[in-house]
Amino acid sequence: MTRPQSYDEGPRLGAKLSGGRAQQGAARLDSFFILDVQETMKLIILENYVQASEWAAKYIRNRIIQFNPGPNKYFTLGLPTGSTPLGCYKKLIEYYKNGDLSFKYVKTFNMDEYVGLPRDHLESYHSFMWNNFFKHIDISPENTHILDGNAADLQAECDAFEGKIKAAGGIELFVGGIGPDGHIAFNEPGSSLVSRTRVKTLAMDTILANARFFDGDLSKVPTMALTVGVGTVMDAREVMILITGAHKAFALYKAIEEGVNHMWTVSAFQQHPSTVFVCDEDATLELKVKTVKYFKGLMLVHNKLVEPLYSMKETGAERRQSKKPYSD
Amino acid sequence: MPSNKSVSDAPIFQFTNCRILRSHQLQREDLWVREGKILNPEKLFFDEKGSADIQLDCKDSIIAPGFIDVQINGGFGVDFSLAADDVQSGISLVSQKILSHGVTSFCPTLVTSPPSVYHKVLPQISVRNGGPHGAGILGAHLEGPFISKEKKGAHSEHYLSTFESGAFQDLLATYRHLDCVRIVTLAPEMKRSSEVIQELTRRGICVSLGHSVANLSQAEEAVRHGATFITHLFNAMLPFHHRDPGIVGLLTSDQIPARRRVFYGMISDGIHTNPAALRIAHRAHPKGLVLVTDAIAGMGLAPGRHTLGQQVIEVDGLNTYIAGEHSIRSLVTFSPHLGPCVF
Repeated sequence: MTRPQSYDEGPRLGAKLSGGRAQQGAARLDSFFILDVQETMKLIILENYVQASEWAAKYIRNRIIQFNPGPNKYFTLGLPTGSTPLGCYKKLIEYYKNGDLSFKYVKTFNMDEYVGLPRDHLESYHSFMWNNFFKHIDISPENTHILDGNAADLQAECDAFEGKIKAAGGIELFVGGIGPDGHIAFNEPGSSLVSRTRVKTLAMDTILANARFFDGDLSKVPTMALTVGVGTVMDAREVMILITGAHKAFALYKAIEEGVNHMWTVSAFQQHPSTVFVCDEDATLELKVKTVKYFKGLMLVHNKLVEPLYSMKETGAERRQSKKPYSD
Repeated sequence: MPSNKSVSDAPIFQFTNCRILRSHQLQREDLWVREGKILNPEKLFFDEKGSADIQLDCKDSIIAPGFIDVQINGGFGVDFSLAADDVQSGISLVSQKILSHGVTSFCPTLVTSPPSVYHKVLPQISVRNGGPHGAGILGAHLEGPFISKEKKGAHSEHYLSTFESGAFQDLLATYRHLDCVRIVTLAPEMKRSSEVIQELTRRGICVSLGHSVANLSQAEEAVRHGATFITHLFNAMLPFHHRDPGIVGLLTSDQIPARRRVFYGMISDGIHTNPAALRIAHRAHPKGLVLVTDAIAGMGLAPGRHTLGQQVIEVDGLNTYIAGEHSIRSLVTFSPHLGPCVF
């Protein structure tokens, strides 16, 4: 895969928290280069949920198309469930329907699934993925992988899932969300930051947050789930976390402005070489004004990751041409 | 995309860009079919890992189940109550023509006739599945002759009959061949009706109450013995009265046996019933409503004279009358009247 030339912006980003130098850094980056996807955390702040969803979808689209997947080279995508990614899924479906994006050579791995819930239950993650994504696109059923919460041997199912990821060559881009308690997938507070796919008991916070999908009846919410581990997601070559809404603001603060801590498992991604956090304004409410201003200042640069927006309708030659990076 | 072959080799069809009728609503969903059975696409995806072989773009059409007409006396010049030598060709003509009106199954209906007509016609009727050739035939509906004189409607008085001497044997003597009979309309206030209703029900024939002056208790007793249908509610029966609702009262009766439901046919052409009455019935018992046409030979043809069994009918515009009389009779055209029936 060809990547745009990268400028070694390490020292400038390292100085991100000291105001003046950050401004200067942002201005220089803006006029010169597209940021490389390696070795940086990117905080993308959009005005509202719809725009955040659209930015995320555009990013996924560009990544798949630039990867140029084919029968011997599948793009492996990790996927979340819940209300946050719905807008992003809608946009991706739109791109497929317009002919701009195809999922024919994409393999998907979902993060989690409830234990004990029948697979065709309306609230199972199988149903969620079918109704909100799979049934609208051209993905082959054998290329989708969701943990089976009704397997006879749950841990064996988890181990097999890890094996499938490995067999597929690892995950290219893992998309996830964040819980109000800062968890990624169902890695509740206290989860090991090097954990692998396993059975987890859900925290009360999570059960309460999920009750709205079960008619508000706490007794109907499953108490256990199979989930990828923090370590499993960390193994992905790139991670994208979607965070929208004021109720996630504190978790975002804990995830990126405080230290790496197993009580807020998303914080582990501070140690991942390539993470993108896509949020709306409301999700940034607990961040320092300084942080928000810095990353907003970088939006001109970050937007170059989604502009130009590639389409599978273009031929390979056109696409390679338009990828030329700007240079001084 | 190739379909998975582990369950079946048959091709899977996916109807896209359509609306389907599901859970009493029109929903935008694809319809998946294999070997004439509707598939659950989610199950197909996750369990079989299957996908569509052929995709059909429905261009935003609605896919809906076909109508079933349980009361239709003929159409397009065909009168089912005529003792013809070739009844099948008449039935086939009607079955083919009503397909374009959305009707995919029906019960050819015979009005009150002399026994000779039943003896000649009934053996020629056969139950068969529908298809591109025409709507399916579910079996005959025999409306009369065991009905009330006071509520005969357009039926011929001369051929009305009772079964008070021999009960079921009398009925058998009149009809003779019951193999292809699906529904019998009778008046439950007639003597020995309970025995008849019981025997018909035992034979799997649906008993319908109609053309009757029965009160509510008589109707309830008929239901207890097995009756499950009401022929064209409001027409040819006593009107609803607050101290004795008559047959209409079955819609809200608490004497209906548990786990049983009484259905009622309704002619909704705006002439046989006032739409307000229709709405009252629907609101009282929405799950029992069955739309029927009660169409006659003149359906689909220009105004003029046609037969209705032993009677001669005159079609004049939207109204149809017994030639020479002016009592309300049945429907001439089809879909304009079924059309506005969306509640």
